Amino acid sequence: MPFIETKNLSFTYTDEDDPQPVLHEVSLSFEKGEFVAILGRNGSGKSTFAKLLNLVLEATDGTITIDGKSVHAELSEAEIIDLRKKVGMVFQNPDNQLVATVVEEDVAFGPENLGIEPAEIRRRVDEALEIVGMTDYARHAPHKLSGGQKQRIAIAGVIAMLPDCILFDESTAMLDPRGRAEVMETVEKLNREQGITVLLITHNMDEAVRADRVVVIDDGRVQMDGTPREVFAKVDELFALGLAVPQATELAARLELSGVPLTPVEGADAVENWFNT
Amino acid sequence: MLKDITLGQYFPGNSLLHKLDPRMKLILTLLYIVTIFFANNLITVAILTLAAFLLVPLGQIPMKTVLKSLKPLRWIILFTTVLNLFWVKDGKQLVDFYFIDIYSGGIVYAASMALRVTALLAGTTLLISYTTSPIALTDGLEQMLSPLKKIKVPVHEFAMMMTIALRFIPTLIEETDKIMSAQKARGADFETGSLLSRAKALIPIFIPLFVSAIRRADDLATAMECRCYHGGTGRTRMNRLHYSLRDLFALLCFLLFMAGIIALRWAPLPAFLGI
Ligand SMILES: Nc1ncnc2c1ncn2[C@@H]1O[C@H](COP(=O)(O)OP(=O)(O)OP(=O)(O)O)[C@@H](O)[C@H]1O
Ligand SMILES: [Mg+2]
Repeated sequence: MPFIETKNLSFTYTDEDDPQPVLHEVSLSFEKGEFVAILGRNGSGKSTFAKLLNLVLEATDGTITIDGKSVHAELSEAEIIDLRKKVGMVFQNPDNQLVATVVEEDVAFGPENLGIEPAEIRRRVDEALEIVGMTDYARHAPHKLSGGQKQRIAIAGVIAMLPDCILFDESTAMLDPRGRAEVMETVEKLNREQGITVLLITHNMDEAVRADRVVVIDDGRVQMDGTPREVFAKVDELFALGLAVPQATELAARLELSGVPLTPVEGADAVENWFNT
Repeated sequence: MLKDITLGQYFPGNSLLHKLDPRMKLILTLLYIVTIFFANNLITVAILTLAAFLLVPLGQIPMKTVLKSLKPLRWIILFTTVLNLFWVKDGKQLVDFYFIDIYSGGIVYAASMALRVTALLAGTTLLISYTTSPIALTDGLEQMLSPLKKIKVPVHEFAMMMTIALRFIPTLIEETDKIMSAQKARGADFETGSLLSRAKALIPIFIPLFVSAIRRADDLATAMECRCYHGGTGRTRMNRLHYSLRDLFALLCFLLFMAGIIALRWAPLPAFLGI
């Protein structure tokens, strides 16, 4: 049974003057332990999809099942919180998701909301900071950290709630290359070592190729779904959807156009080999 | 330039005063204020003032800083001194010069009033402002006032608001700096012109600042919701405050001191010292 399953999920922001559906019958399922990248141009509905999975928004139509429990309007507050803690979320702006003035207090925020015993919170906070490699900064003030460090604290705050799945909504978009590398390393580590299901919304193709699976959304519909090799091989289609392809793939595609016989994937491998030697 | 603004007057440190539980410091401050009003003669008021200054080394705060913080008091002290000197007509008449009459009582009154005001400010700032971080103070107040939750006082909500404000003040200050630089780069002038034109020049700073603050608030609300925030009910805390032996010791010392001061009310002191 998939960990998260959506069937014909549709959504419309009703507070608009001219309400247009943002998601059209999205049916996707994610297995436990999967690392999925979600791509799509601005306004394609990725964040909306994420907020639906986190129960911040309520579906207009269709169903969502998380860990065998279906999401519906009559859930009690306790049930909503129980589902929310299974699917953590890390946002784009590192400044706007940290609540406390001390790093460890911030990491403790989630578990505190869940009403966990102080000693257990302490244990979880220490462990979460250890996993993201921020133990030395436990007593620091968040506003004095770098962007990448802040995002790692935000990740620690989510890990401390012991989620099964973490959604990253463009969490590296505001970071410099170094911060981006720090965060991506943490994301991969969580997936590999902690077995956490990762849904990574991104505009960065070089991040997407590191996933097990890539889903492309456009105009609220699923357009492609497959391994990075399968998806990125369709260079023309991706361009038509307003997306770029990873640099190595693009290079290979251009080489092929100019008569060098390489499939994009072989090209990627060739370039990688070339860099590694 | 805006970066230098510090929150309150907190002086980070590891002294005995810093280590006291914020709740105990609040209690001691209240007791101290009560004691000041109990002191009814020049000697006890002087002892209280001296005691406040004894806290300076205990809190490892530079004396200069403390004296500087007392500076604004000079006008109040001057005003009350003058008032007391000329208006109080107790005790022996010392000066009789046309309309200036000064009595011994006036001098005693003026001196004790000046000392009282100094003691009040020095004592409370040392116990609270200098040695308690705003966040510890918020936590202390929240825990101390938590019984009020029973009568529906939103104690947790206020504490949460305080925490978020403290968390975002540095971020917003940084943002103001950025916006100011951006507007300066476009030729905005904040430093010259009349007061009115300078105030007007601030509008292009405040509007983007407000817009961004509202945006941040919206993001933060979503992020908090995602982290299962649902108000104060059923919420636990990782770091609960605990009174330690140190706090008990401080309280005992203070109670002894307070008893001594009150006892001095009935001590056989020269009558002219009484206020
Ligand atoms: N709170 C809202 N109210 C009304 N409409 C909204 C709201 N949030 C998003 N929309 C609209 O829904 C559509 C999808 O937005 P969404 O934020 O899900 O896109 P996205 O794929 O995350 O884009 P981006 O890559 O820019 O983050 C957009 O057309 C947007 O204008
Ligand atoms: Mg988005």
